[in-house]
This record gives sequence, C-alpha cells and structure tokens, in this order.
Amino acid sequence: MSDKMHIKLKVNGEDREFLAEPRELLIYALREHLDLTGPHVGCDTSHCGACTVTIDGKSVKSCTMFVAQANGAEITTIEGIGQPDALHVLQESFREHHGLQCGFCTPGMITRATKLLEENPDPTEEDIRFGMAGNICRCTGYQNIVKSIQVAATEMNSAKEAAE
Amino acid sequence: MNDMTPDRDDRSANLKGMGCSRKRVEDVRFTQGKGNYVDDVKLPGMLHGDFVRSPYAHARIKSINTEAAMALDGVVAVLTAEDLAPLSLHWMPTLAGDKQMVLADGKVLFQGQEVAFVVARDRYVAADAVELVEVDYEELPVLVDPFEALQSDVVLREDLEPGADGAHGPRKHHNHIFLWEAGDEEATNQVLDEAEVVTEETMYYHRTHPCPLETCGSVASMDKVNGKLTLWGTFQAPHVVRTVASLLSGIEEHNIRVISPDIGGGFGNKVGVYPGYVCSIVASIVTGKPVKWIEDRMENLMSTAFARDYWMTGRISATKEGKITGLHCHVTADHGAFDACADPTKYPAGFMNICTGSYDIPVAYLGVDGVYTNKAPGGVSYRCSFRVTEAVYFIERMIEVLAIELNMDAAELRRINFIKKEQFPYTAALGWEYDSGDYHTAWDKALKTVEYDALRREQAERVEAFKRGETRKLMGIGLSFFTEIVGAGPVKNCDILGMGMFDSCEIRIHPTGSAIARLGTISQGQGHATTFAQILASETGIPADSITIEEGDTDTAPYGLGTYGSRSTPVAGAATALAGRKIRAKAQMIAAYLLEVHDDDVEFDVDRFVVKGAPERFKTMKDIAYAAYNQAIPGVEPGLEAVSYYDPPNMTYPFGAYVCVMDIDVDTGVPEIRRFYALDDCGTRINPMIIEGQVHGGLTEALAVALGQEIAYDDLGNVKTGTLMDFFLPTAWETPNYETDHTVTPSPHHPIGAKGVGESPHVGGVPCFSNAVQDAFRAFGLRHTQMPHDHWRIWKTANDLGLHG
Ligand code: FES
Ligand code: FES
Repeated sequence: MSDKMHIKLKVNGEDREFLAEPRELLIYALREHLDLTGPHVGCDTSHCGACTVTIDGKSVKSCTMFVAQANGAEITTIEGIGQPDALHVLQESFREHHGLQCGFCTPGMITRATKLLEENPDPTEEDIRFGMAGNICRCTGYQNIVKSIQVAATEMNSAKEAAE
Repeated sequence: MNDMTPDRDDRSANLKGMGCSRKRVEDVRFTQGKGNYVDDVKLPGMLHGDFVRSPYAHARIKSINTEAAMALDGVVAVLTAEDLAPLSLHWMPTLAGDKQMVLADGKVLFQGQEVAFVVARDRYVAADAVELVEVDYEELPVLVDPFEALQSDVVLREDLEPGADGAHGPRKHHNHIFLWEAGDEEATNQVLDEAEVVTEETMYYHRTHPCPLETCGSVASMDKVNGKLTLWGTFQAPHVVRTVASLLSGIEEHNIRVISPDIGGGFGNKVGVYPGYVCSIVASIVTGKPVKWIEDRMENLMSTAFARDYWMTGRISATKEGKITGLHCHVTADHGAFDACADPTKYPAGFMNICTGSYDIPVAYLGVDGVYTNKAPGGVSYRCSFRVTEAVYFIERMIEVLAIELNMDAAELRRINFIKKEQFPYTAALGWEYDSGDYHTAWDKALKTVEYDALRREQAERVEAFKRGETRKLMGIGLSFFTEIVGAGPVKNCDILGMGMFDSCEIRIHPTGSAIARLGTISQGQGHATTFAQILASETGIPADSITIEEGDTDTAPYGLGTYGSRSTPVAGAATALAGRKIRAKAQMIAAYLLEVHDDDVEFDVDRFVVKGAPERFKTMKDIAYAAYNQAIPGVEPGLEAVSYYDPPNMTYPFGAYVCVMDIDVDTGVPEIRRFYALDDCGTRINPMIIEGQVHGGLTEALAVALGQEIAYDDLGNVKTGTLMDFFLPTAWETPNYETDHTVTPSPHHPIGAKGVGESPHVGGVPCFSNAVQDAFRAFGLRHTQMPHDHWRIWKTANDLGLHG
C-alpha cells in the first residue's frame, strides 16, 4: 500500500488539507475526505460528466484525475457555485425551465455550464449542444437543459450590460 | 356574483393545483448539489463491499481461496456461498418465481456473476482484495443463443429437476422456462390460412439496459443492540424490499426499515432485488458494522437487469383493402441464467399480450417461450410497462410490413384499422379491456400538423433525385401509433411475489392548515413531491406549496408497491385524490358545524366551504383545520387525517401518435433527425411542464435503443458493451429537439381521469425511430431490418440493397 500524501487544495474558496493515497481519484477525495457529495460518479471512465468540477479555470471530469495530480489546485464544485439565498443564474434557470429530473447529472451539468458561458457568453443552440456533449443526462432529453442554459446566458448578458 | 369571479380565479391560481406547470420543489436541493443519493449516505464505522465476479459465462467452480485477500490489511470479511448457505441466503427468490444465486454455488452461469463478496475498510482496499481472491474455474460450454439453448444437451440450471414444472407450468426442455399463451391459436390459424393477404416477419428486439446515470447500491446497518436493520438503497419498490428482506432473513418486518433516498434515475433497473443488496445486509449482520455496496458502471451493465431480448415472429392477415383479420405472434424470450423478470406473477411475459396494439383485430394468438442462456438475468421493463415496448414495436413493424405487402400507405392502413372511439371500452382479442381512446382524432391531428402528404411527396421526389444521382441522402418518414397499458393493479390479477399491486396515500393536515402526505411510491426523477401536492391542492383546497410530500421510508410511508410501469399516477395518484376527498368530507361536516347549517347546505369552493346561495358565508380550509384540532365538535373526532389504499378497477390505456422525419446518408449510414412530432394522450394532465419533460426524456431513450444501444455478447458469452464507450447513451449533440402535442381523453375509471405518461414516449418512440430508418429504404425493396440501427448497420442495409453502386 502506498504511503499517504499530504494534499492541499483550495476548494470553493476555502483552503483544505488532508492525507490521501496518491492513487485516489480526485472525485473520491472530494466526496470522501471533503464531504462534497454534489459531484457524482456515473461511469468512472470519463464518459458521463456527472463528476465535473472546475480546476484552475477548466472543466475537468474529476474521475479522470488522481488527487495527487490536483495537489495545489483551485477547485470549484457545485457547492461553491451558488448559496441557498443567492443562487447562480444557472441554478435558477434549470429550475425555471425544468432542466433536470432525477438530479443526478445536474451538479456536473451546471458546473460545466458555468464554464461554457465563460468560454462563450453568447452561445448558439449548437454551441451549447456541442459544449455540453461531455455531460450525459438520462432523464431530460437535453431540450430543457439547452433552454435553461440559453435563457441563463441571455439573463447574464443583460445583467452585465445593465451593470456597465 | 360577478365581482366574486376574479377572486375565485386568484384563489384557484394560488393553490397551484392540477393542470398548472408548477415548478418542481425537488430542484432547489438538486441544483445545489444537495441531493441525498445512496452513495452519499455515510455512517460511522461504515465498511465497503465489492464483488469478485466471474470472468466466464459458464464454468464450474473448483475452489475459492480467500486466504491472501483476508490477509490484506483493512479486509474484514470475504463471503462466499459457503458462508451464506447456513443462513439459506446463498440463493434468493426472483420476482418471477424462479431463484437466483446470491453468490456462485458450485458454478457460474454468466459473465460478471457474483462469486464472492469482500468487505473492507474502504473501497480501494476492497478492490485490492477482490484481486487477491483466487478462484479455480473449469470452463463449460457456453450457450448465448436461445434457439441453440433449446436444442442443446448442455444443462444450464442443474439445480432444477429435469422434467419438473417451473413456476409457470410445464417445461419442454432443460433450458426451457415456460410457455405462456394468450388468445385462440386454432381460430387464428384458420383465419390466417383462409385470408386474402398474409405476411410474416421475424424481428429481434435486441437486449439492452436501462442504464440510469446512478448505478445500483445499498447501505445496510444492523444495530445489534436493538435488533433493527436499516437499509438504504436504490429501490423502486422499498416496501416490497422490506417484505422480501424479512422473509429471507427471518428478521421481523417491524424491525426492518427500508429507505429509498433520492434515486438517480431508475427506468426499471432498480425494481429487482440484486445480490449486492443481500450481501450488504449479511455483511452488516456478520460484522456488526454498516456496510455499503455501490456497483460501478461496468458491473451495472453486465449484471443487473437487462431489458428486451425478444425474438418475435409475427403473421398478420388482411383483406385486399387492408382490413386486418388476424394476428399470430410467437416469441422466443431470452431470460438469461435466471428468470428474474420483474413482471406481475401471472404474467411471465408481462403485458406482451397488448400486441394487437391500437387496432381492431378480431382474432389473435400469442405464445411466448422463455429460455435460459448464459447471459445476465433480468428482463425488466425499461421505461415501459411490462414488455409493452416489445409489443408495440412488434405490431408497429407488422403494420409497416403489411403496408408494404398491400402496397398501401402505412398511415392509411393504420387509420382504417384503429379501434373506433365508440367501441370503448373495447375488449381486445387477447383479453385486455381498453378504458378509453380517440385514436382517429389524435392521428388526424398528428398527420395534419406534420403535413404528411407533403412529406410523402417530398420523399418521392428525393427517391427520384437519388436515382438520378443528384443526392446521396434518402428521406425516411417514421410513423407510430401506440396504446400503452399501465397502472398495475388490479389486485385480482396483478401481484408481485403474492403482494397485490395496490398503492396508498396518507395525509395529515396540520392545525394551521398546511399538510404532509406520504405515499407508497418513490420518485426517481418524475417529480412526485411536486405533482402529488398538486392533486391534493385541487382536492383539498390547501395550496400545493403548503403540502410536503414524503416517500420512500417504510417506517413512515404507508405500504405501496412502488414506482415502475407508469403506475404512480394511475394508482398512487388515485389513492391521493381519494384520501384528499376523505379530508374534504370531514372538512364539510366541520364547516357546516362552524357555519351552523346542515352538512348538505355547504359546498366546496376551491379552498373553502361556502353556504349554498350565500357565498359571503364561508370557512376556509385553514379555518376548518384549526377547528378540527382546537374545537370540540359534537360527534366528530378531533384531527384531520386520512388514509386511502387504492386498488384500481382496471389498468389505464394512454396512447399517442408520433412522426419522425429523418435524412439518411447512404454512404456513411448516419441518420439525421430533421423533425420529431409527439402527440400524447395521457388523460387528465396534472403538470404539463413535467409531462413534456417526461416525453423529451422517453424519446431520447427511445432514440438510444433504436439507433445504437445494445448489450451484445460474443460466442463465449463475453459482454462486448460493458462501458459507456461501447454502450450508446446519446449526448446533447446527437439528440434532436422534439415537438410535443396532446389530446385529452380522460380515463373513465380513474378518480381524476389521469392515465400516466412517463413511459409512453419510449414505447411509441422506438418503433417511430426504427420505422423512419426502414421507411427510407422502402422504395428500394427493404421489408425489415434489425435494430439497433447504428451507422454500421444502416450502411450495411444500403450496401445490401445495392445502393453503393
Ligand atoms: S464519473 Fe466521471 S465522467 Fe462519469
Ligand atoms: S436529470 Fe437524471 S440524469 Fe439528468
């Protein structure tokens, strides 16, 4: 058995330190050591996107990375995206437009969508479908997910304009 | 009264009752990552279980050596069949009257079968220990083809007495499970023999898997101090699990608490009882610690319940004008190593006998032969009522084949054979009594909306252009018209393991006029917490936002048979409405007392009781609830609660009309869905937003199954599609937009007229996508080709028809 490693991460704005085996997957460390059970495991093989988090500004499937590889990184999970009294526009929009059913894919979807809208604040439907293709949903047929993201983009843009 | 009207509308809107697109209450948690799924359950001292699984599809186990695994630091126990045998838990009953090995007892019968259960400190240690368990196998001949299995000398199930009857009657061969028949074969054959037109086709509805995004799992915690077992798990029927767990373990039922937490999709996958659940319980009893078992995706696809795998041969007869006169269907059903179908006891082939579809067919016969093979057990209803997807695919393909035989338009052939509106309630040749329908109206609406005639003209022009070499794309128009049969009960003919398929609802109104209701069902994404509150809001006048809905905890919820086969709305929804009506009846007495009038002199008005003819004199439900607890009312018990157990008098029969327009690139085999129109009639509509969401989701699962998703085996019984790399799940990129539409034909026997909808789009969608692909090639002589229509198979079809020059 490999020796444990001292891992330091900045997760959702907080500094976190813990001991982990280097072979542990990042998703495992987030869920088991840090109790962040928002990101889920749907496949373990990088196909489904349920485990999506943001690492140093990029969307990453956290089942595809060892926790050792993430050492020192800055990570955002669904738990860091909005707060109960101040939800992210995307969180509101998914609810408003029925962008979820069982909710299992939702944390990964929304986490990915926040990055998608940073990468491309004014996406076409095609851009959204392509940009979200790494996240599988078995329940919704995507139509309302796409709509949720589209409407959120519009709302975020008009809020930005109003602020300028 | 006029000045009252807006107020009444406002009060009504405020309830958020039936018919409005109320936003889902569940979503507040889910969008913040605060769902509580089984893998999120964490208990102090919890251990983790993992399976040693068979690499072989058929082999004898000569020995199992667990020494090295046990020696690994962090390993607490390794269970084998030998350890479970003294508890009689090495085998367990299946839902279909067969039995199944929990851990391999002497031999293995499919690849991925559970051989030993390792319990360790954490998942990594458990996985390491799995590698250290040494199993000595002796390979045996493998049977993956059901037709071959019925001829072979190789005995798969050595535990069954040769020649003895099975749970569903005589067995013809040692690998045969049952023959199940419906209808009159002799009369059917006679009609077919004498018919003007007869055509025959064999279609294989391939094996696939429901594959919800969350895999199956459980956490068992045996508290030895008070003798109570708590079991969390991915259960679509938690109460049934409690009863089965009690019967198997001997622990009294009141000492078992089963909790279905949030479930990450079910689609039929989470109806069955799996060895992992049993092993987590035993391991917790043995170790005295909570034990968690969560399968990975590969284990999910390889070992938990598959769906379909039906070889269906049909013969259909008609007059020269196209009036159908008879239908004969024979199915060879591959059930895998154990018969673990999740069907009501008396229906070993589910409701396959709805295979006369939406058509008035005077005489029919169905025979289904169940067969054992070296494949995973299962046979669940993947987003459909029991085997209805198979039945609808069968009849909707037979109609297309008959249309080809008659050289007729397939839409017209359907129209002239539909059961007419005035024929309902309609008794079909294979026994079911359809409750209500108006097929012609739905069909005409669908064809008109998509401009069907123009589509056919465009298609004909495309064929000509293709022949002239001007395009390499063909156009397919997929049609399907389906009738579902959902909402099992009635208890008199539907039970699972002897438990009648009723459902239940219990309501408590709190003194301040809000409420909690508990049901015997469990949501897996359908939004029960939202929609059941809407039913209650309309029935009781308490705003939906003031009603908490709880399901899934057997210690608190009333007994129910769970959620699958679109039965929640038809059965539990009815129980909910009726429980609401009981509340209302008592509220009426209280209101009359408070208003000092006779019971009959008050009437219900949205959220209150008013004195008839004097609407300014009223008591709101809030007033009434308060009085129910705080005022002594002569002859009336304090409190305001109700329970209702509902045994439906009949199933409900939702229906729909779907049209898909597809362009197919003949050289790459890639289909492009240009348009998909779905008209659903699910009776009374409780929440249009949720219905639409269910339709989108069901259609996407239909697309998956029709266009690529399968569980495939090689000749040695190796699963070829065990990861999401090979098992097709459409992404947003492959999925089209859908147009939804509806008609409303309420169920006459359901308290609110609702029929259920979650599965219709899957049932109707698969034949629609498949028909679109096949229709594209009709002009070039194609009659039928097997699903799934992945790019390679479509290319191959084009190639076989000589379209590659
Ligand atoms: S669990 Fe990471 S991509 Fe599926
Ligand atoms: S909502 Fe269930 S997987 Fe997306």
